[in-house]
Amino acid sequence: METEGTNAKDQQFIHAKSYLLKSSTSTGINLYDHLSKVLTKILDERPENVVDIFEDLSKDTKRSKFTSKVDTVQNKIDQSTEVALAQVQRRLYSKGDGEEGEPEPEEEVETPLPNIMELCFYFEQAGIGLNREELIRIWLALKNMVDSYPLQDVRFWGKILGTEQNYYVAEVEYREGEEEEEEEEEVEEHQEEETAEKDADEEGEEEEQEEDDTPKPDYKPPPEIPKEENKTGANKKIYFVCNDPGKPWQRLPAVTPAQIQAARHIKKFFTGRLDSPVVSYPPFPGNEANYLRAQIARISAGTHISPLGYYSFEEDEEEEEEGDARDNFQINVDYEGTSVRELVDPGLSSWVHHVQHILPQGRCTWWNPVQKNEDEFEDEEEEEEREEPDEPEPEVGPPLLTPLSEDHDIMNLPPWTPRLSSNLIPQYAIAVMHSNLWPGAHAFASGRKFQNIYIGWGHKYSQDNYSPPQTAPVQEEFPSGQEIAEGEDPTVEEENALKNAQEEAMEAAEEAEEADEDEDDDDN
Amino acid sequence: MDSEGLHLNIDYVGSSGVILSPEQKAALQTSLIILKSENKFHKVYFWGKILGVKDDYFIAQGVSCDEMAEKKTLYSKDCVNWGLLPFATKTMRDTSKLAKGRFTGDPSYEFEHTEMKKVGEGEDATEEEETISIKEEDRLASVIADIDEDVRIVPRAAFVKSPTGEVISNRSFEGLTVSEAAKLCSYMHFREPIQLHEKTLLQRADMDKAIDFLDTLEEDIPKGSWSLQFERGSGLVSVRSLLWLGYVAYHVPGTKNYGSVYVGTGEKNMDLPFML
Repeated sequence: METEGTNAKDQQFIHAKSYLLKSSTSTGINLYDHLSKVLTKILDERPENVVDIFEDLSKDTKRSKFTSKVDTVQNKIDQSTEVALAQVQRRLYSKGDGEEGEPEPEEEVETPLPNIMELCFYFEQAGIGLNREELIRIWLALKNMVDSYPLQDVRFWGKILGTEQNYYVAEVEYREGEEEEEEEEEVEEHQEEETAEKDADEEGEEEEQEEDDTPKPDYKPPPEIPKEENKTGANKKIYFVCNDPGKPWQRLPAVTPAQIQAARHIKKFFTGRLDSPVVSYPPFPGNEANYLRAQIARISAGTHISPLGYYSFEEDEEEEEEGDARDNFQINVDYEGTSVRELVDPGLSSWVHHVQHILPQGRCTWWNPVQKNEDEFEDEEEEEEREEPDEPEPEVGPPLLTPLSEDHDIMNLPPWTPRLSSNLIPQYAIAVMHSNLWPGAHAFASGRKFQNIYIGWGHKYSQDNYSPPQTAPVQEEFPSGQEIAEGEDPTVEEENALKNAQEEAMEAAEEAEEADEDEDDDDN
Repeated sequence: MDSEGLHLNIDYVGSSGVILSPEQKAALQTSLIILKSENKFHKVYFWGKILGVKDDYFIAQGVSCDEMAEKKTLYSKDCVNWGLLPFATKTMRDTSKLAKGRFTGDPSYEFEHTEMKKVGEGEDATEEEETISIKEEDRLASVIADIDEDVRIVPRAAFVKSPTGEVISNRSFEGLTVSEAAKLCSYMHFREPIQLHEKTLLQRADMDKAIDFLDTLEEDIPKGSWSLQFERGSGLVSVRSLLWLGYVAYHVPGTKNYGSVYVGTGEKNMDLPFML
């Protein structure tokens, strides 16, 4: 009986095992092997609380059956973007590439390269800025730029976030005279284009005159406000941008007043591609590079601040013209540094703007749009017809180095928030200013050092929601009057009456003719 | 963002301009541990920072094992002393939407909103001014709840729903692959699903019930309300919300590292449709 019992147990065991060993018809594996594989894996790896993740382990084991571990291609080149970028950035770390045999002859020449790491240290205390590694890369990229362009002054302006890529912005000044060469080429090209356009226009006009006199609109667009010369006003500095440190720096075009005016009316995200169009209403004259440049000009004008006394006007230069704002200043050598306590005073009187205010016209210095009309020769008729516009009131903005206390509130919101970097150790704290008008713009000052930075999306703050300007009213149609009004169809009676009248008239005329002829006959 | 290893994780969002000063990092390291033990939280998250005009609020969230069900929000102005925020009820969230402007930094400040209301009917109707006052503390709680609901995201499969309905972090989550990480459908809203129930059976057929119990970002309206960028080549994914400017989620593909943080003014970007 006993043997039979064990036999029965063995029998059952064999049955069970053979059942477990039965391969699945769809996947071809059997449970027995699978379990033994999973259990081996568990015993090898010994994870905590294994029962909770048993299902996942089982799933992973099944999945791994289908992925081949054998890499048939030897030395496969990993072309992931990570590697590609690292290759680009590796060039940043190379030291001169050994092309110049001389071992860095830099003998104490004052380099325009700023000490980014020092600034990073200060900004980090204030909880502003970027990763240190990122800043090092930016620093190296700036160094590359200094080596390849004749620059006098370089500054890391900030970072503008975009939806696809971000912009790192560098603010530079060329050395005296060096820049013109590049400029001239651009200008020439521009002029050529313009002349070409004019020629085309003239030709068109001639043709038109030959064929037919098409009506010309009375409307004349207001004269285009000329952009400011380089090194003045909104174009005082030149800006370079790149998407990733290590990629080439691209120079932004100079900004025109029309672009600044249009940029004030729109609010768009940057994409990160300089050549992408800005689709907006009112239409923006230019592409994203121009929009970016306009926003940079606006942000700089609004948020570049320095402690009072750091810059001073040149003393010997008398004010030449009344109302002509001075736009030159120099670093005050005697500046001792303002105490931190004064700098964080909510009165804001110890900080000044050192970038010129942009007038509503889109320029820093006002340009009179009428003066040109007087110079131009115009037809007398036209002059009579058109009333000479009144001499426009010159737009005036706050002069350079105006204290922040003059800034306007944003609907009861102070434009700046002064802070101490530390409340625990105020003795060594630095003064930090956060702009509320341009969220993302910050400045710090400590002793003789100060710096501005912008990290954000590049939009102005407003409490109210943005609403695009209304579309222009629909153009008026031709004034309705006699000549275009549709008359009523005449009735049959009216037609008959007209017919009769015409016939009568004809007859009368015939009679008259006959009478004439008779008379003629008589004469003859 | 998990409070453990905060000083390391915060570097992942540094390229969006979100950094903490060394002083704040040190203070948070100390105070969040105390916060966790005193309140018996399973986990503490550093949620972010809401910028006020005079002062900023640092926000932390403590969760129990079921991360979706029980959640407490705390705020601090000095990173050391934490105060509990009230639970944001539906009415609180509705009224606080009326408040306009920036946070001041004073929790007891009251925003006022005046509304013209018609009293009476027909010709006797007279307009009356009604003033609603909203306490800043309530507004803070509501805004945090709004942000959590609108934009808080986690990578797909970072959390699983257990058969008993608990939402727990997935121990066997091994990170998204690079190609997965580039797609918005690999990120999910960490909130009670809304759109999921509206899907047809056919659409739901391929879903894994334990993992796909949340809404994905793909169906968000308007399209393009997220900015997904790779940084360091493909070594780090940053997902920025354009609806709540300042919300950044990061994930290192192929690892368990993920998290999100909000540093902003606490105002929703209502202009989004015009800005795309």
